[in-house]
Amino acid sequence: MSIFPREIESLWTLFTAPVVWAFHFLACYVGMALYCARRPAGLDHDMLRLGLGAVTAIALAAIVVSAWLAWRQWGFGTDDPPHDDATRKDRRLFQGFATLLLSGLSFIAVIFTALPLLFIEGCFP
Amino acid sequence: MTDRDRHDRTDENRREEEAQLRRVWSNPPGLGYWTSVNNTQIGLWYGSAAFAFMLFAGVLALLVRVQLAVPDNDFLSADLFNQAFTLHGTVMMFLFAVPIFEAVAVFLLPPMLGARELPFPRLSAFGFWSFLLGGIFVCGSIFFNAAPNGGWFMYPPLSTDPDYSGIGADIWLLGLSFIEVASIAAAVELIVGIMKCRAPGMRINMMPLFAWYLLIVAGMILFAFPPLIAGDILFEMQRMFDWPFFDVTRGGDPLLWQHLFWIFGHPEVYIIFLPAIALMAMIVPTFAQRPIVGYSWIVLAAVGTGFLSFGLWVHHMFTTGLPQISLAFFSAASEAVAIPTGVQIFVFIATMLAGRVIFSVPMLFGTGGLAIFIIGGLTGVMVALVPIDWQAHDTYFIVAHLHYVLIGGMLFPIIAGVYYYYPLIGSRKLSDRFGKIAFWLMFAGFNLAFFPMHITGLRGMPRRVFTYPEGIGWDWLNLLSTVGAFVFAAGVAVVVIDVVRPKHRQSKGEQNPWRAGTLEWISEPEENWGVRSIPIIDSRYPLWDQPGLVDDIRSGRFYLPHAREGRRETLVTSVLDAKPIQCLRVGGTSRLTIVSALSLGGVFVALTFHWWITGVLFGAVTLAAILAWLWTGTNDIPEKPEKDVGLGLTLPLYISGPQSVGWWGMFITMVGDGTAFGSLVFGYFFYWTIHEDFTAGISGPGVAWPMASLAMFVAGWLTMLLARWVNEKDWTVGTRALLIAASVLTAGGGIAAFAGPWSFAMDPQAHVYPAIVWVLVLWLMAHAAVGLIMLFYCLARSLAGRLSAAYDMDLRNVVLYWHFLTVTAVTTLCVIGLFPLAR
Repeated sequence: MSIFPREIESLWTLFTAPVVWAFHFLACYVGMALYCARRPAGLDHDMLRLGLGAVTAIALAAIVVSAWLAWRQWGFGTDDPPHDDATRKDRRLFQGFATLLLSGLSFIAVIFTALPLLFIEGCFP
Repeated sequence: MTDRDRHDRTDENRREEEAQLRRVWSNPPGLGYWTSVNNTQIGLWYGSAAFAFMLFAGVLALLVRVQLAVPDNDFLSADLFNQAFTLHGTVMMFLFAVPIFEAVAVFLLPPMLGARELPFPRLSAFGFWSFLLGGIFVCGSIFFNAAPNGGWFMYPPLSTDPDYSGIGADIWLLGLSFIEVASIAAAVELIVGIMKCRAPGMRINMMPLFAWYLLIVAGMILFAFPPLIAGDILFEMQRMFDWPFFDVTRGGDPLLWQHLFWIFGHPEVYIIFLPAIALMAMIVPTFAQRPIVGYSWIVLAAVGTGFLSFGLWVHHMFTTGLPQISLAFFSAASEAVAIPTGVQIFVFIATMLAGRVIFSVPMLFGTGGLAIFIIGGLTGVMVALVPIDWQAHDTYFIVAHLHYVLIGGMLFPIIAGVYYYYPLIGSRKLSDRFGKIAFWLMFAGFNLAFFPMHITGLRGMPRRVFTYPEGIGWDWLNLLSTVGAFVFAAGVAVVVIDVVRPKHRQSKGEQNPWRAGTLEWISEPEENWGVRSIPIIDSRYPLWDQPGLVDDIRSGRFYLPHAREGRRETLVTSVLDAKPIQCLRVGGTSRLTIVSALSLGGVFVALTFHWWITGVLFGAVTLAAILAWLWTGTNDIPEKPEKDVGLGLTLPLYISGPQSVGWWGMFITMVGDGTAFGSLVFGYFFYWTIHEDFTAGISGPGVAWPMASLAMFVAGWLTMLLARWVNEKDWTVGTRALLIAASVLTAGGGIAAFAGPWSFAMDPQAHVYPAIVWVLVLWLMAHAAVGLIMLFYCLARSLAGRLSAAYDMDLRNVVLYWHFLTVTAVTTLCVIGLFPLAR
């Protein structure tokens, strides 16, 4: 009975990109909150912004990878939705397409979250 | 044998099968009816109770509106006014908005998924009785002038101060904690049900959208409710024992409560909204007479909203003085969530444009609700911007915004659902005429009541004031709102009359009056068995695409058409492709669920009034009832290993480990439990963040005891792994010896964890640092104690001859618990023992 682990793995892939968004969001918020509360010596705001900028780049790259995997699972778009046939193939195409859509949303959401880093130059207060 | 004979015999078989099923699934007569655990009854009771609470909270809202109708009014005293609006918000959120979706889900999901029952029917019943008791307790308090009065989000220091908030705050904290337990129980039931109990062939790309939404919502509950439970624990420890979590003079901080509350509170909005939209995703295709356009896009929206909604909580805290850079992150995420929310609305519009729409009463409520919701969404985009929020915060603008969101996004779709699904209850439709009258009264009344509040708010009227002077530009706006509220209430009254009016003179309609395509319409209101036989599904809209399906199901031509062994049974299928893997026997009628729920309620009530001995007694009864429930109702060892479920398929009757529903139930419960624990750890680091020296010079628990405890917990875990392995080899004596060894190690670990803070005389009332250390240690000890009970239970099962290599579900589930316990122990002990050294 080897069905189960494979299944659970592939169900989770749907959530990859949103999970990346969640970690990126936490990194930005927690990083800045800690910095603003404790103001550690040897770390200034711009360094932290650069660091979180790097985190943003990594997050976006991870989402792109997830999107590519999803695109592959979707058969590189050779079939059109709705993917509602009662076959394993359509089930996989559906998963690929839904994952691809979620990767797109997560990509945009990561950029949204990172924008304050670009525009806000301090903790205030 | 002639054809005629064969036909007669089949008919006879069929009647016999039906008699079996009817007998097995029937409810006990008389008062015993209330011991039913059948999803249809539980769903109906749950829904009716939630509606009753809604009407009660609606009356409170009308009282509030009467008081505010004219300036300097003295209809309600300030204190009663505070109680009324607090209870209004609390009841609407906790006793109506969340439970109603649990009710609808428990009622609808089994037929919609083609299952006979959800996997844990007794858990549903337990959740319902907990909810009912907790709800009556919270609502009843206002008749004793003892209702909570600090607003539905109970901010300290107002609510922690016994002079300002009497016993009401305790009633809120304990009553709602009890209801949160019911919500988490529902989440476990729904996740396992949706993942594991779908009809064969119903792959995840064919799952009804309602199920997709509910799966996401149940997952959100697991991560949203536990932080509030953790907050409730801290809050109640402060109120009961003066542990200063929110007291600034002793190192505490009221902001921690705001964080924990809103980490729950904001996802909660989507926990309420998504199921209502899920109803729309079922209703719109039916009346557009075509499949939904953009199924995958709905899944995107549901999952995307589910995630993003956890990045919004601080937008309720924009005025608390947090760094603006932090506010900006939350502002950005709040804007981003508009994308998936908008996608859903566009999908509905596209479906309507692509089909031929029949404008029925459910569609009227649905589209009217969406129109209202869009206005609420737009003001939401406004107040997600920090500068606007600074102006609008705590004014009637927010009151208008949140009611547009909740009434448009939740109440209207729910009423649409009531009109749509009512025929599933008694085969009769509600009145179109009543429905239309109700809709226009509600729609007009709602806008008349709430639109002016935007202006009242922008003119500076703060929320929650019990009266106001005349001549500052609020008078006629408030009067309009009050008139609108009563018009709206009249509309609700028409719905109530329509639902409760006797309908026996109305002829019974057909089974599927709206010609819907989804499977829930196979449900037979007169029968209790859910589905007559469990079908094979190969379409998203099986009733449209699979000809003869209803007839085949009702003639028993699919799986499990009988109940030969006299047991309640349903199929368990695989997660992605819904391949049958087990014939699951589910629990039947039982008094134990009611006894467990009522006695657990007794514990919470006793704690509220500080009746310690009564509390302990009720606790003992609860424990005994739950153990009896587990012993008699779970890990049932079947009389034969396999069963022929029909259509030439034979399935095992017993499965343990990650394929079984019990393992999943434990896993999901422990994820929720782990989230609550994570919230307490968050509290520890929160205090570290806000103070230069968060220990305030107070001695910590040292390193020796925590590390000794850590070693014992890890050794206990390894012993458990060994016990599982030895049991697989069917060496009974070895298993028992290892279980005893594990219990000694666990008890030792718990005692050592206690010895740390105890030996350094850490006083939890003196400062927040010892208090948070003690809370973490007590949390760990409580979990170790529960683990010990589980170990003794396994030991008892082994001695009773009911634990073996073949039937090892108990042990495997307990080992799963141990994984989580070990993570809890390692985290707690490293945090309290090592972190003070490392900082």
